[in-house]
Amino acid sequence: MVTSKPQEKLFGVRVETIRSLLRVIIFISIAGAAISSRLFSVIRYESIIHEFDPWFNFRATKYLVTHSFYDFLNWFDDRTWYPLGRVTGGTLYPGLMVTSGVIWHILREKLALPVDIRNICVMLAPAFSGLTAIATYFLTKEMKDSNAGLLAAIFMGIAPGYISRSVAGSYDNEAISITLLMATFYFWIKAMKLGSIYFATLTALFYFYMVSAWGGYVFITNIIPLHVFVLLIMGRYSHRLYTAYSTWYALGTLASMQIPFVGFLPIRSNDHMAALGVFGLLQLFSFGFYVKSKVTGKQFRNFLVFSSIFVSFLGVSALFALTALGWIAPWTGRFYSLWDTNYAKIHIPIIASVSEHQPTAWPAFFFDTNMLIWLFPAGVYLCFQELRDEHVFIIIYSVLGSYFAGVMVRLMLTLTPIICVSAAIALSKMFDVYMNLVDVLKSNGEDNSEETGSGKKSKAKRPSTNDKLFSIVSKLAVLLSFAFYLVYFVLHCTWVTSNAYSSPSVVLASRGPDGSSSIIDDYREAYYWLRMNTPEDAKVMAWWDYGYQIGGMADRTTLVDNNTWNNTHIATVGKAMCSSEEVAYDILKKHDVDYVLVIFGGLLGYSGDDLNKFLWMVRISEGIWPEEVHERDFFSDKGLYKVDGEASKTMKDSLMYKMSYYRFTDLFGGRDGIDRVRNQAIPLSQSPKLNVLDEAFTTQNWLVRIYKVKDLDNVGRDLHSATKFDESANDMKRKRIIKKPALDLRE
Amino acid sequence: MVKKESKKKEVSKKLSASNSSGSWAFPLKDVVSAINITYDDYIRTLTPRLKLVDQFLVFLVVLGILQFIYVLLIGNFPFNAFLGGFISCVGQFVLTVSLRLQYNLDTTNTSEEEIASKDTDSDSIAKTEELSGSESKLTSQVTPERAFGDYIFASLILHFTVYHFIN
Repeated sequence: MVTSKPQEKLFGVRVETIRSLLRVIIFISIAGAAISSRLFSVIRYESIIHEFDPWFNFRATKYLVTHSFYDFLNWFDDRTWYPLGRVTGGTLYPGLMVTSGVIWHILREKLALPVDIRNICVMLAPAFSGLTAIATYFLTKEMKDSNAGLLAAIFMGIAPGYISRSVAGSYDNEAISITLLMATFYFWIKAMKLGSIYFATLTALFYFYMVSAWGGYVFITNIIPLHVFVLLIMGRYSHRLYTAYSTWYALGTLASMQIPFVGFLPIRSNDHMAALGVFGLLQLFSFGFYVKSKVTGKQFRNFLVFSSIFVSFLGVSALFALTALGWIAPWTGRFYSLWDTNYAKIHIPIIASVSEHQPTAWPAFFFDTNMLIWLFPAGVYLCFQELRDEHVFIIIYSVLGSYFAGVMVRLMLTLTPIICVSAAIALSKMFDVYMNLVDVLKSNGEDNSEETGSGKKSKAKRPSTNDKLFSIVSKLAVLLSFAFYLVYFVLHCTWVTSNAYSSPSVVLASRGPDGSSSIIDDYREAYYWLRMNTPEDAKVMAWWDYGYQIGGMADRTTLVDNNTWNNTHIATVGKAMCSSEEVAYDILKKHDVDYVLVIFGGLLGYSGDDLNKFLWMVRISEGIWPEEVHERDFFSDKGLYKVDGEASKTMKDSLMYKMSYYRFTDLFGGRDGIDRVRNQAIPLSQSPKLNVLDEAFTTQNWLVRIYKVKDLDNVGRDLHSATKFDESANDMKRKRIIKKPALDLRE
Repeated sequence: MVKKESKKKEVSKKLSASNSSGSWAFPLKDVVSAINITYDDYIRTLTPRLKLVDQFLVFLVVLGILQFIYVLLIGNFPFNAFLGGFISCVGQFVLTVSLRLQYNLDTTNTSEEEIASKDTDSDSIAKTEELSGSESKLTSQVTPERAFGDYIFASLILHFTVYHFIN
């Protein structure tokens, strides 16, 4: 599909016209392929926002379209991080929300298409993936030619490494920022090649858009200076480089400071200092170049020595002085964890606890990029062979990208574009060589005609015909095998997308023993219950993973959420979860908590539940209260993480354990309960009793359990004795009623 | 890191320099003469248009230094206003230098080639010369009018952001 080259024939039309027409058609079909392969999730499930972070973005977008833009920037959210609240407008990257808000307004007011904002949010990522493919085309075209560009575009369109973050419904910052990343890089290469202020300004504008959309802009802030720096070391200074870089830096830095969340960081934090340093260095270089063009070599050498000693002394001392004075912030924790993979584990458990911050497993590279991963080094090698200025960029990007992708799973996303570009360069180079059948066929045909003309007497020509035959056969073999690889690549991408990356994780799909599929919708059931049955200002405590979802779907106040800006507050919630009922009740009351929500997968066999995350809660709270919480206490005597009869006393007393297994054994009719995640039996005799909480709601598959925090007792008893008294009064006659949720309400 | 690299380079340069010339007074004289030669040459090649551009550059530098002195003496209370003013100076400066480079390209190229033909021992110079040759081919497409148009475009965006920044 991609390699269709127009024949050099004139059908009454100029070849160039046909070529550009074909290119447009190919673009449209690539964009179509990119978008349609991301729609699996909508077709399988429904048009719904996925996962966790997108729910916050969605909520913020809704706020933006219902309020004014200035309200949005000054938004103080008192419904999260209770009782602290969050300065949401100043702590988010507004690019994503503003983009979808603008699209919504244009559709509504200019085109009179009243589209639901949710549908725009769901479809934004696929739409931008089409644009990414086009930006990749232009970038690769600068590197090699338009054939490679088309290959890169289709690779980019369907590579699973990028799809993983841009399926319909994953309304996250990365959805638009990869597009902006590629566009910024394209304009940078263009500006650097032409030395044009115009393109450098465009680079700065797209850089600004990128800064407004994703924290990963720091990647650009460092890779472009690095590129310039390497070029300087290679002795490739030119005025074009000066023009492009200075313009980009001056405009881009100023523009990036317009984003409230970034603020003065570009001149304060060490992450941005490399760019400033290269900017200064470039000024010196250009001055040095000017002097060099005027004076003789020896004089210049002395001049250089003198000035460089002076300047580097000044620069280094200034850097030290500023850091010592505290004007420049030292490196941040996330930055350290990039270099030392163990750093986070030791110092910041909250970063280590996020699964996408883990180092990448080797099979993931193959899984996410399939054949491209082994074409990737070949493409980089080809760049080394040519080594023009822009190829240096590819090399730097691929080295850095590979390293970062190895450190963190989520940074696989930044590696994927460069894999696509260099694989396309390699593949198109190979096609250039092997597709060249025309010459061979032509000369072969001439040979044949000669042969038939002169009769069969010349046997000397036989071997050469054989050579031709062999070369054709070998070329065909290579081409066919690569055609097979390409077809297989498409199949692999489709398979991975449909199986691995299209699940919304809010709604789960499962297969029964007979192969019939069923939808498990417990999350939304629980959130809907909260929305309908609790007072509007009720405070819900849950582990931070579910904060955004509770805010977005249940519209209730949460204590902590996925923003994780306040480690102590998260540790407080962790402490409430892992301490005994009396301690926990104190914490709950102090924070006005009305409901507690836990995720329990023991009945269903859902392994991502709170008990499996429990150790992280313990670790995070141990970091704040080392003398009250001890991780060791939660393991059994043998040092194992047990929830059955051998579980330690601290474990059994913890609120999390009690909330998870409360009345769990009732389901098994007088036998021990079986936890299907941990494959351990919960003994009937040790079924936990809750004194300070009441069970409020448990979903159909027990995935989400909601508890109401009891009020203080009316007659001043402590809650233990009150519960005991109630139990004896009721004589244990209360029966559990598992109500079917009223599903028809939702439809 | 950047500084460190340049320092390393400079150390190696220093070694070679001290080998070639024994004392320290010698290079200093060289430096002064280099500056003098550059200055003379600069005066020689000045055209009215470039003179205007350069006066503007000097004005920008003075303005930037004045702002910096103000901050040092009085304090940086409206920090974004200071930043806006200072960066607008710096930004306009680099933009103007870029413009000047694009105007001035032909003359520098010829003189560069002259110099490069003088000492042929270092291959790096030959390489840069080669590059600047290709550069002149490329940028010859950028006419002065086009360059000025780009310059206006970039300056407008720069000052729009500055205006937005200082509120």
